[in-house]
Amino acid sequence: MKTHVTTRINDETVEFLCEPQQTLLHVLRNELGLTGTKEGCGSGDCGACSVTVNDRLVCSCLVLAVEADGAKIGTIEGVASSDKLHVIQEKYLEHAALQCGICTPGLIVSTKALLEENPNPTEAEARYFLAGNLCRCTGYDKIIKAVMDSAKSLNQGA
Amino acid sequence: MSEAKQYKYIGQRTIRPDGFDKVTGRANYGADLSLPGMIWGKILRSPHAHALITKLDTSKAEAHPDVLAIARFEDFPTVNAAAFAEGRQDKGLVDLASNILADKKVLYHGHALVAVAARTEAAAAQALQLIEVEYEVLPPVMSIDQAISADAAILHEDMFTQGLAETPSAASNIASRMELKKGDVDAGFAQADVIVEREFSTPTVHQGYIEPHATTVRFDENGTSTIWCPTQGHFDVRASTARLLGMELGQIKVTASEIGGGFGGKTTVYLEPVALILSRKAGRPVKMVMTREEVFRASGPASASQSRIKIGAKKDGTLVAMQASLYYEAGAFKGSPMGPGCMTVFTPYDVENMWVEGFDVVVNKAKVAAYRAPGAPQAEFAAEMVMNELAERLAMDPIDFRLQNAAKEGTQTLYGPKLKAVGLVECLQAAKTSKQYQTALAEGEGRGVAAGFWFNIGGQSSVIINMNPDGTGTILEGSPDIGGSRASMQMMAAEELGIPLDRLNPIVTDTEHVAYNQTTGGSRTTFATGMAVVEACQDIVAQLKSRAAAMWNVTSEQVDWQDGSAINLAGEDKMTLAEVCAIAEKTGGQISGRGNINARGAGPSFAVHLCDVQVDRDTGKTDVVRYTAIQDAGKAIHPGYVEGQYQGGAAQGIGWALNEEYVYDQNGIMENAGFLDYRIPLASDLPSIDTIIVEVPNSFHPYGVRGVGETGIVPPLAAVGSAVSNAIGLPITALPCSPPRVLKLLQDAGQ
Repeated sequence: MKTHVTTRINDETVEFLCEPQQTLLHVLRNELGLTGTKEGCGSGDCGACSVTVNDRLVCSCLVLAVEADGAKIGTIEGVASSDKLHVIQEKYLEHAALQCGICTPGLIVSTKALLEENPNPTEAEARYFLAGNLCRCTGYDKIIKAVMDSAKSLNQGA
Repeated sequence: MSEAKQYKYIGQRTIRPDGFDKVTGRANYGADLSLPGMIWGKILRSPHAHALITKLDTSKAEAHPDVLAIARFEDFPTVNAAAFAEGRQDKGLVDLASNILADKKVLYHGHALVAVAARTEAAAAQALQLIEVEYEVLPPVMSIDQAISADAAILHEDMFTQGLAETPSAASNIASRMELKKGDVDAGFAQADVIVEREFSTPTVHQGYIEPHATTVRFDENGTSTIWCPTQGHFDVRASTARLLGMELGQIKVTASEIGGGFGGKTTVYLEPVALILSRKAGRPVKMVMTREEVFRASGPASASQSRIKIGAKKDGTLVAMQASLYYEAGAFKGSPMGPGCMTVFTPYDVENMWVEGFDVVVNKAKVAAYRAPGAPQAEFAAEMVMNELAERLAMDPIDFRLQNAAKEGTQTLYGPKLKAVGLVECLQAAKTSKQYQTALAEGEGRGVAAGFWFNIGGQSSVIINMNPDGTGTILEGSPDIGGSRASMQMMAAEELGIPLDRLNPIVTDTEHVAYNQTTGGSRTTFATGMAVVEACQDIVAQLKSRAAAMWNVTSEQVDWQDGSAINLAGEDKMTLAEVCAIAEKTGGQISGRGNINARGAGPSFAVHLCDVQVDRDTGKTDVVRYTAIQDAGKAIHPGYVEGQYQGGAAQGIGWALNEEYVYDQNGIMENAGFLDYRIPLASDLPSIDTIIVEVPNSFHPYGVRGVGETGIVPPLAAVGSAVSNAIGLPITALPCSPPRVLKLLQDAGQ
């Protein structure tokens, strides 16, 4: 039997029906069409499916969809405002911090979570915080530079 | 090519045009497409590494109410024993089909047997459980040593070693042997004062792209099909699928989705032909997505290798002879990168006497796929480790030793051509003066240096550029963009046409909108497709000049093209590109440029990497503390993405050297088929990887481009291996230098 779930995704109220075993990732991608959240492993090891649930960074492949009931979900689709990229997104582009781009949505969601929790991370802190987001293309150097530059830019703007 | 040439866009760090979709989540990757009426396909895979299939009964699965189609090997109409026996079929196609869906035998754990399409993913998974299979289990052959031993189980009874003086009468797991030689190595070694000879091994590793293989296929009633998939080459997906299913190229349209990494691993087909069979039978679009476990078990991997290297030098550091025996695992079907391994192994050196032999060996592992400079990292790892040991024996600086023997313009390669202008000497010099090489090692640290070579290729690319009446334009290319190549195409076109970047929109089209393009691989895209873009621009400029000439009543020869404008040499007139496009209607219709080429003159690329490590003697764990990747780009169109290629190659090579390996149990079952246990480098595992872009132009490319994608994975294995060896004071002969292995080396040495 399917369960009725009412949740807020990127500040919009969303309702859906799901099976009890369905993951939040599955529902986001296959039921709600929010395919910006990617599946790289399905086991919580790669971070491509990173989203926030009540402002906590999680792998959506390890969250059951029913757990979204009454919660507040943030996905990559909610990072930019309607007409402008978020600073983090701009910095990823400026620093050529993506190659194939499959890990990028998850990394941007994670970077945002990092900078909300720690607006002035050291490079080592950034590397350890983002250790749950695998990137096979870049060797991470440009990603870390984009993260550090985002922090600087956000702090100057504040 | 003029050194003083100043470019407006080439060499700048522009924002990639496809970047907006990629940072917002809008970009559509392989698994992101869904279609109305779509059903799901899943694959039943072998639980054994080596077994005969004695029974395969799908009747219960077919009776499942949600199952709409089943696909088996017999569904490949062009691949059957009769056609093969009559010489109408090549073995490569039979192998490809048998890898996608096993015929009478399963050859690795995870080998696909049967595919099922059902209304839901869950129903497809249930239906797989209803398929009845019985096996006669055979002994698994899991290493080169096992495969070539006299009493080895034979994978293919019809495989007789090719490349020997006489084709043997007994079947073998050695598919072929090759040999390359120049000079006389025996005479060369006779002149040597120092000879080092060692054996090495490297493990099976995976390309490790984050996006699993996926496809959505729709077969239409009129006999045509549409395939969406993430691939490095949608034209070759079309060709393979057409050959396997007996269709014409014109009956299949392939759209390359965005691709979430490939590194060579997305240059073949696994799911696409199967999904097409299922869609045709079910009359519904079919989607198939591999799990990460399936990706590890049944796609990719790169060859494990064993090698024996012997190099001799005189006391003054002059190399006199180099010799190699290289064994590559092909996986279940022949076709390892033994050839490129043999061809690249000693190319960094200008030495008179060389002798190399290679062996292509089948084992009960997934069929290997290309992985960034396929074959070169394994071979050059072994060669460079010996080079470093020789430098030590000669008490020479390893960079000076290489400089003394470095390949340069005019060097006769072992594999054929004489080298044109290449940048190895420049890379070595840059390494010598680099910040890292000038930094003294701290207590307990070790340093490694290694060079690397890769050919790079050219080949067929086809580009169309359509101009709009307002002077904006669309670049239609057919090379999947795996790391930012759209940016390069946009930059080269803007430079040629003399218009702002944002007036040109580069699009990777499907197989219908441009003519054939070779797969994105061999570091060919910015070189070859870039040349096609330049040719299409030149075609446009010629048309713009003739249109302006018509307006001015002069000949085309009297019109020059400068900085995006037509100039009347016979008068004072000038028209911008946008102004000429605006009068296209009056001067003969709209303007399109075409560049369909088969690019020759790809520039070989050399790299030198420096690695400093710290080894924890209590745990055996190695930390890379400093790393510099130096490589000849010819000309860096977009330096940011060129550096990214160097850094990415270095990171993959570091993973290969330190951690990555397939771990098998005694039954040939991979025990670490997930990212938790097959650990690729994390952000916290790596230091900042420094880069130095060397630019020795390739005269065959209008901007001097060499490919940059692959060479960067060649040096790290030996750079890291030598650094670890230097740090612990013991030889390294096997990768990876993972903590347990390093700890064992230390313990065995009584340390």
